[in-house]
Amino acid sequence: MENRRIILEEKKWNPRTFFFQWEWMLVALLLLVHILNGIASPYYFSVDTFLSTPMSFLDQAFIVFPMMLVLISGNGNIDISVGSTVALSSVIMGVSYNHGIPMGASIFICFFIATLCGFINGCILVKFPELPAMIVTLSTMILYRGIAYIVLQNQAAGKFPSWFDYFGWGYVGPIPFIFLMFIVCAVIYGIVIHKTAFGRSVYAIGNNRTAALYSGIKTSRLTLIIFTLTGFMSGFTALFLTSRMGSTRPNIASGYELDVIAMAVLGGVSTDGGKGRIWGPILSIFIIGYMQYGLGLLNQSAQVVMIILGFLLIGSVLVQEIHIGKNRVLPGRK
Amino acid sequence: MSDEYILELKNITKVFPGVRALDCVSFSLRRGEIHALMGENGAGKSTFIKVITGVHQPEEGEILLDGKIVHFRNPVDAQKAGIAAIYQHVTCYPSLSVAENMFLGHELVTSKVKRLDWKKMYREADEWLEKLHANFKSDVEMGNLSVAQQQLVEIAKALSMNARIIIMDEPTAALTEHESEELYAITERLRDTGHSVIFISHRMEDTERLAGRVTVFRDSKFIGVWDVKDVTRAQLVKAMVGREITQMFPKKKVNIGATVLEISHLGRTGYFKDVSFSVRSGEILALTGLVGAGRTEVCESIYGVTAYDEGCVKLNGKVVRFNHPAEAIAAGFGYLPEDRQKEGLVLQWELSKNITLPALQQIKKRSGFLDVKKENHIAGQLCSELMVKTPSVFEAASLLSGGNQQKIVVGKLLTTPKKILVLDEPTKGVDVGAKAAIYEIIGNLAEKGYAIILISSEMPEVLGISDRIVVMKDGRVTAEFETAQADQNKILKAAMIEGVDKK
Amino acid sequence: MNLSVFKDKKPGSFRELGLLAFIVVISLLVEIRNPMFFTLSNLEDIGVNTAILSILAVGMMMVLLTAGIDLSIGATIAFSGMCVALTLEAHPELPVGVALVEGILLGAVIGLILGIFISRFNILPIIASLGMMDIVRGFTYVVSKSKWVSAYQMPDDFKNFATGNIFGISNFIIIAIIVYVCFFYFINYTKVGRWIYAVGSNPAAAKISGIPKRRVIALVYMLMGALAGLAGVLWVSKYASAQGNTAEGEEMSVIAACVIGGVSITGGRGKVSGLILGCLLFGILDNALPLINVSPFWQKAIQGAVILTAVVANAVIRRQSDLKALKSRKI
Repeated sequence: MENRRIILEEKKWNPRTFFFQWEWMLVALLLLVHILNGIASPYYFSVDTFLSTPMSFLDQAFIVFPMMLVLISGNGNIDISVGSTVALSSVIMGVSYNHGIPMGASIFICFFIATLCGFINGCILVKFPELPAMIVTLSTMILYRGIAYIVLQNQAAGKFPSWFDYFGWGYVGPIPFIFLMFIVCAVIYGIVIHKTAFGRSVYAIGNNRTAALYSGIKTSRLTLIIFTLTGFMSGFTALFLTSRMGSTRPNIASGYELDVIAMAVLGGVSTDGGKGRIWGPILSIFIIGYMQYGLGLLNQSAQVVMIILGFLLIGSVLVQEIHIGKNRVLPGRK
Repeated sequence: MSDEYILELKNITKVFPGVRALDCVSFSLRRGEIHALMGENGAGKSTFIKVITGVHQPEEGEILLDGKIVHFRNPVDAQKAGIAAIYQHVTCYPSLSVAENMFLGHELVTSKVKRLDWKKMYREADEWLEKLHANFKSDVEMGNLSVAQQQLVEIAKALSMNARIIIMDEPTAALTEHESEELYAITERLRDTGHSVIFISHRMEDTERLAGRVTVFRDSKFIGVWDVKDVTRAQLVKAMVGREITQMFPKKKVNIGATVLEISHLGRTGYFKDVSFSVRSGEILALTGLVGAGRTEVCESIYGVTAYDEGCVKLNGKVVRFNHPAEAIAAGFGYLPEDRQKEGLVLQWELSKNITLPALQQIKKRSGFLDVKKENHIAGQLCSELMVKTPSVFEAASLLSGGNQQKIVVGKLLTTPKKILVLDEPTKGVDVGAKAAIYEIIGNLAEKGYAIILISSEMPEVLGISDRIVVMKDGRVTAEFETAQADQNKILKAAMIEGVDKK
Repeated sequence: MNLSVFKDKKPGSFRELGLLAFIVVISLLVEIRNPMFFTLSNLEDIGVNTAILSILAVGMMMVLLTAGIDLSIGATIAFSGMCVALTLEAHPELPVGVALVEGILLGAVIGLILGIFISRFNILPIIASLGMMDIVRGFTYVVSKSKWVSAYQMPDDFKNFATGNIFGISNFIIIAIIVYVCFFYFINYTKVGRWIYAVGSNPAAAKISGIPKRRVIALVYMLMGALAGLAGVLWVSKYASAQGNTAEGEEMSVIAACVIGGVSITGGRGKVSGLILGCLLFGILDNALPLINVSPFWQKAIQGAVILTAVVANAVIRRQSDLKALKSRKI
């Protein structure tokens, strides 16, 4: 028997491979956006810019975290019903309040409905694992928004109490409340995704669902949890969005699902599953947010933003494809 | 002289980045012969076939067809030259019909409008299927056929394209004994009608039964070619492995203890019925039978991947029911799946993460975080114990050899305390050298007191390593033997005919 | 219900029958509530309204068959429609035929670009079409300078095209029929058409078989784009207006119609007969609900519920037939 020592510690840190990762490219992109914005406006580099501006784009950001989990879990998992979930929970919150239910309870109802929407998605997918998530969430997307229209038709609901503004507009010291909540969520999700058994299990089912099952990973339970989480986080978005708008209508948050998916994909999460780390989507949120802000400064219409976003999305995948193509892990020899 | 050979390859060298897959290899195929090609995994057989079929182009050497030099730039060129290959995993279009699968690439069209002539295609496909004694028609969806039936379609396709040289890559690996017999008959018929066949197989029986000559590759080199009647098994093994394998099966004296697992009258609609047997600690029970007999299905239903509809399972005397593999693992029941790449490993991950996957709860710190140091330690320990050849525990699972990969999957089973292990075809697709290592590991496990169920279709393995044998056929147990009193004939009879030698 | 009656039918044809039965039942129910349903003019209404959806569904079916997806068709409709509207505003003397050709060509170019991204550069269809959607929709606004083109800016015979007819059959229905006939022949009786099925059924095998997989995929998206371009022209003609947000979300309805019609999202599976039924169901729902006095605000929810039910029912039926097959195995 040979005396062979097996290495138990990771290799020395190699600066070349470390900095060549996708997340650093995103950092560079974010810096670029800031520089371009700074050229556009002399007052750009201020504390206000970096603390307050995110208020306008962070409402969507909360869904990006569970969407990451959904996409990583593979099997074609995706949730395109989140926009409708946001709309429905926001609408029901508004209608509840307008019908006399105290605001606190209405907020609770908002989260309840949102979580329920996600839970229903999860239940259907667990009960019928042969159905692609794309189709199930496509139908619930239409259904949930439809219910929102039944409830509120083409009216608005609102006239919330003045303290309700705090969620979307308030500050904790110098930091906007929404920004603070975002950081808290980012930290929690970052830890959960990368340092816990739960997170590791999600990657496992994303990379090889069958092997995960045989290894005792409860795939059904995980699927249910991540889709329910997606619903729950949509409640946050509904809360912040409604607070910022001051009112609600059934047609809000339309297109949110695609925006959230774009943020995740730009951040390096693959729709195929098994890949992606928390930093990427976080950076993407800020890249896209500041880009929109900057183009607004330049009086460019929202449509130009769309065009740039589209190119960014395709470009990012192209670059990742070329970059990762070199280091692709091949299926093993027999 | 070159008229004798329909196909000749001379001094073929194929190089991939960093590896010499074929090193100055030569080969000759006579007209109307069945020629076996044998060698360990990684010896170069698959690459060689890919060169013949035009998938790869050799860096050096020449290919002669009917004495003339040919260059195949792509698989279509080879096809046009009359070379067809039938692989173990049939590449087909599962949602399309048999006829369409057969004719894809050379569809039959009406003369005037060049429209696809379905009537003609179905008719001709049916004709070919009849010639091969198929039990299905050509309008069936390809995905609804069994592996054996799909291979038949492949052969029909090859014949319909006027193939003169037919290459079969491990065709019997996924077939039952009965289906293998059918395949033998078809292959012999092909030879008798003037076709030439190259046959790759790990099984000596295939070579001895069918081939006129046998060629052996080892380590990307050509070792030798012999007439089958002039060479012994031992000589072939020596040529393939390069060394004498004397002790294939370790004989250890093991104390057999109490009954660990007892299953009674287990049944699952459509898969198996009335299955009963038991295993004791330290005992190796071989569960054998033809492919499709239901052995894996029985064990998977106990393990919790699927569910059984009737019967009961007792672990150490207590009635248990595992609704999910997690429950089985927690109770001390381990399962080594049949397909290590699809069911056993996450190929993209390091082997350390693979090994600890079933034991995630065990490597948690008090805070709830994963203890990566502990994980690496466990992985290192198991790698040493199982003698996995790897420089570090961070090696991606996909980069390991087949044998080492299998050891990692075994390692997964050992991360938490187990009482009983089910090993489903643990040496399938593993070369001779690694096989011996795995038998050693199994022997050690039995010695340590694990109860072991070994699902296997390989007779030498079943007879060589087990203490008792249970035979299944078509979802039922047909026989049970003490290994000492069993022999190949008795087992085969029980596997093919019902209810013989029930003890 | 005793399903053994359909014992010999494969699950595929069973689902088409089921869908047909469902359509018949719904139609009868609606007819009972409102006898206006089965009138010729109403049926023609359904035909015209379904025409655009059906044309789009043909393209989407080809895309889905290759296991792809195209989320950009709404944007393509808007872009082609807007360009055509602007062209006609500037040159009202141009005949309708030119408008149609322009729309088709624009759509084809967009589709081809998308197809190249997916086939040549290996970008996942969902991402590529998502990006394309943003880009094309953005350009729609840019080209129109965020303004609408409304009815009075369009030439009369263009607007009348939507309501016009040949030999009594509406123009739209004729175009849809032409598209379907060509499609049926293409997908069932030409080599290239069958290659589309092959690529979706087993992409790896397709490559080895020598099928030009990349070109097939690019072709499929180009055809989808062309059909979306065509639909854009029809859309603008029908609604006599071209806006930046035209056809927003339309891709989801089209995908839903395909899925109801039995086209598999994972590729390789789908029949034209099912597609027609799926579109028909959609069209009938759209038409029927106002007829039976259902508030327009209920439409979306009902649509969603119907899709969900259809999809789940499909799964349940498949399971039943699998279970029967298991039971019939004599163990």
